[in-house]
Amino acid sequence: MNLVAVRSIYRFEMARFFRTITQSLVSPVLSTSLYFVVFGTAIGSRINEVEGVSYGAFIVPGLIMLSVMTQATTNASFGIYFPKFTGTIYELLSAPVNFLEITLGYVGAAATKALFIGTIILITAFFFVDLTIAHPFAMIAFLILTCVSFALLGFIIGIWAGNFEQLQLIPLLVITPLVFLGGSFYSVSMLPPVWQTITMFNPVVYLISGFRWAFFGQADVPIGLSLLAIAFFTAACVTAIWWIFRTGWRIRQ
Amino acid sequence: MPSIVAIRDLRKQYAGGFQALKGVSLDIEEGEIIALLGPNGAGKTTLISTVCGITIPTSGSVTVGGHDTVTDFRAARQLIGLVPQEINLEPFETVMNTVRFSRGLFGKSADDGHIERVLKSLSLWDKRDNKIMTLSGGMKRRVLIAKALSHEPRVLFLDEPTAGVDVELRKDMWDVVAGLKASGVTIILTTHYIEEAEAIADRIGVISKGELLLVEDKAALMTRMGQKMLHIHLSQPTEAVPAALAHYNLSLEQDGRVLVYTYDTAKERTGITKLLTDLAATGLVLSDIETRQNSLEEIFVGLVKEDA
Ligand SMILES: Nc1ncnc2c1ncn2[C@@H]1O[C@H](COP(=O)(O)OP(=O)(O)O)[C@@H](O)[C@H]1O
Ligand SMILES: [Mg+2]
Repeated sequence: MNLVAVRSIYRFEMARFFRTITQSLVSPVLSTSLYFVVFGTAIGSRINEVEGVSYGAFIVPGLIMLSVMTQATTNASFGIYFPKFTGTIYELLSAPVNFLEITLGYVGAAATKALFIGTIILITAFFFVDLTIAHPFAMIAFLILTCVSFALLGFIIGIWAGNFEQLQLIPLLVITPLVFLGGSFYSVSMLPPVWQTITMFNPVVYLISGFRWAFFGQADVPIGLSLLAIAFFTAACVTAIWWIFRTGWRIRQ
Repeated sequence: MPSIVAIRDLRKQYAGGFQALKGVSLDIEEGEIIALLGPNGAGKTTLISTVCGITIPTSGSVTVGGHDTVTDFRAARQLIGLVPQEINLEPFETVMNTVRFSRGLFGKSADDGHIERVLKSLSLWDKRDNKIMTLSGGMKRRVLIAKALSHEPRVLFLDEPTAGVDVELRKDMWDVVAGLKASGVTIILTTHYIEEAEAIADRIGVISKGELLLVEDKAALMTRMGQKMLHIHLSQPTEAVPAALAHYNLSLEQDGRVLVYTYDTAKERTGITKLLTDLAATGLVLSDIETRQNSLEEIFVGLVKEDA
């Protein structure tokens, strides 16, 4: 294991993040604050409670998930797409590193950035709503797992993308809708029965439900199922990346 | 002594079906400078990319320092530094950061002393905190070399290092190469400038259409392939080559002031003595005599034409 290389990639990527730290943080914090104001305070004042939790607090896990998933995906996809774009990927391909080390470096950095942003949003949330966290360790574990698995997904997107438009396509067309329809702003039990069934095919439902359980001790789906879903998703991404590097798909001729 | 780089029957067929390498075999000895000379599209970059792990060979094998570049890629690649043909750099990074990154990527622990020496030898030290996008083209190429040298490779691949580079920088680059050779680094460079191969290489390989046509010592190549020309300057111009000299295949140049005799230096008998004796007999008066050697360029053009 070339740990020095992993650390080098990780540091290099994190340095990029910290160089533009204000940009990196202002936009997610601002948009989340807007959500709190609009949904939590304005609309929330007309909705009493969802499953015994005030609406403002109820949307916190979903909002964090929304940001974390988008950030992990876009950061990781950009991280590996950029060397492809500038041509510096030649160096990764000719260095004594294997797929695991390259992935660890890029995905690790992207997940860290997302975790950072998720934490900032959580702190922001405390300014807007009363919040107690029922299972703090489970909450942290869920947050980290989500960061990692979506960074893995982003890494795949970055390798697949042939231009900047494609790079933004998947987060915009797939992740955002899935998160919005995944119970970020409502409980699945509030939907008509048919939609409840359809919703169960949305993988994000399991993640948001599990994350919300960590906050409030209640969930749309059993917590074990949530864990299984995220484990399956992570394993699928890792397998895909292993295959990509084995065949050289889109990176090695 | 075993070769530091051993290429065996290497073939590369690109996804589109184009065969860029048609069975190249080459042994490179430790410490030498070998120039791969070939026109654009000959397969030089493909050859280097395949050795360095950027493209996957269709068949054949490569070892570097005795390590197979596929099955034992870590050990093999650790020995290799690569300066690519294209200027591939991240525009927003500083010189220092990007060179440090390269060293780390190759698994070497940080050594700013070494990086300082490399940057100084390439006249980049003053620019170490500059963003790469602010550098000139020549400076960017130096950054690529610094990156390749950051992890102290034993084999350095330079893919057209002086293409589009001004004369001064080219001379600098040759100095750097000479310095590396002195420290024992093996250097493989590709070029389509014959003068470059002629100036710095110990051996020259000629590659065309995916095939290595020949590899030879520069000097031996030039003698073997080289023809010399004897220029005989006459004190009085002559209208035609005298009949007595007809069998020498002389040509008359510069309005009849110069007779040119072409001969092969590798032949035991060049025929010069006899020519001069016969020449004296014709009564022509010589004012000067000089010999000229064919340049590598002419040899090269001749070879690639033969192949076509
Ligand atoms: N990725 C690729 N796909 C298909 N053909 C390629 C690719 N890269 C290079 N080639 C072709 O292979 C041949 C050799 O290219 P290259 O190795 O770059 O030559 P050189 O470096 O000697 O100029 C060229 O005809 C080129 O068009
Ligand atoms: Mg080339």
